[in-house]
Amino acid sequence: METPYQNHIDKADYDHVYEPAEDSFLLIDALEKDLEYLKNKNPTFCLEVGSGSGVVITAFGMAFPETFCMSTDVNFKACVMSKQTAAHNKVNLETCNMDLAGSFTDNVFDVIIFNPPYVVTDSEECGGSDITASWAGGVKGREITDRLLNMIPKKLANNGVFYLLLIEENIPDEVVQIMSNYGYKSETVIRRKVRNEQQLVLKIFK
Amino acid sequence: MKLITHNMLTSKCLKGVMTGYPLAINATDIKVTEVDFNPEFITRVIPKLDWEVLWAAANSIGHGEGLPKTLEPKFEEDEDLLKKVHKVLLEVEIEEGNLTCPESGRQFPISKGIPNMLLTEAEVQ
Repeated sequence: METPYQNHIDKADYDHVYEPAEDSFLLIDALEKDLEYLKNKNPTFCLEVGSGSGVVITAFGMAFPETFCMSTDVNFKACVMSKQTAAHNKVNLETCNMDLAGSFTDNVFDVIIFNPPYVVTDSEECGGSDITASWAGGVKGREITDRLLNMIPKKLANNGVFYLLLIEENIPDEVVQIMSNYGYKSETVIRRKVRNEQQLVLKIFK
Repeated sequence: MKLITHNMLTSKCLKGVMTGYPLAINATDIKVTEVDFNPEFITRVIPKLDWEVLWAAANSIGHGEGLPKTLEPKFEEDEDLLKKVHKVLLEVEIEEGNLTCPESGRQFPISKGIPNMLLTEAEVQ
């Protein structure tokens, strides 16, 4: 998979929107590792939740020109940036300023991708809509992730697949258990140590 | 916001709203941009749409011309129809305007082509 062109982005905008970092690229690498699997799925609709700069969903759109790509973010500035990143890379992206995926009809998306705010913080710190919302994850760094996990059975199409980035502090085993209770399997697609952070991407499917 | 997106947006997260679908569209700025026609994609996407909602939405913004109210079986063989669907799904974009919840009347602004579906904590179910 190709890395999208990002030089159009004004560096000052990263004061308001999460700048692509190792976690963003790990997620792209995970999708690339699963490229054959995804190609066989021939997805019609792909959604990235909390797309920030839009680099991940744009990379997906470049690799899957026949998939309709959508993204959401609670931060309007991130929505605008995602759309611009996609446009600069000739990807048609639809963006909604939305909390997670709550305003979509049921069971539409063949692929859902989420790089959540995963940093362990106080509960009070997470849940806003500015730059803090891009990293502050509350208790276990999972408060936002857990809300999306509970939506997945309603939002993912039958036979859909969900890619979720986590760090060890998020206790991935608990995530696997939550999704298992909903009838999903989980696999670790890729893991990487970045400075003192162990990052991994879970693939969740039936 | 394209009509393909409108087809999958609801306001059912609002407290007291049962289905919140379809949202009414009020468009003050519409732009039409050319997108490469891919008949295979359009054929694949049509069965996943709520056709009547698409038909009504397209007509409500003045772009329903030539779209049938109901789909014939074997629509995939009608290239003229697929081109019309392509245009209305992917080329017509609402840049500015708003969406309205059919049950509560709550409005959601569309700005720079991006619908704002954010709710306050008090509004959520």
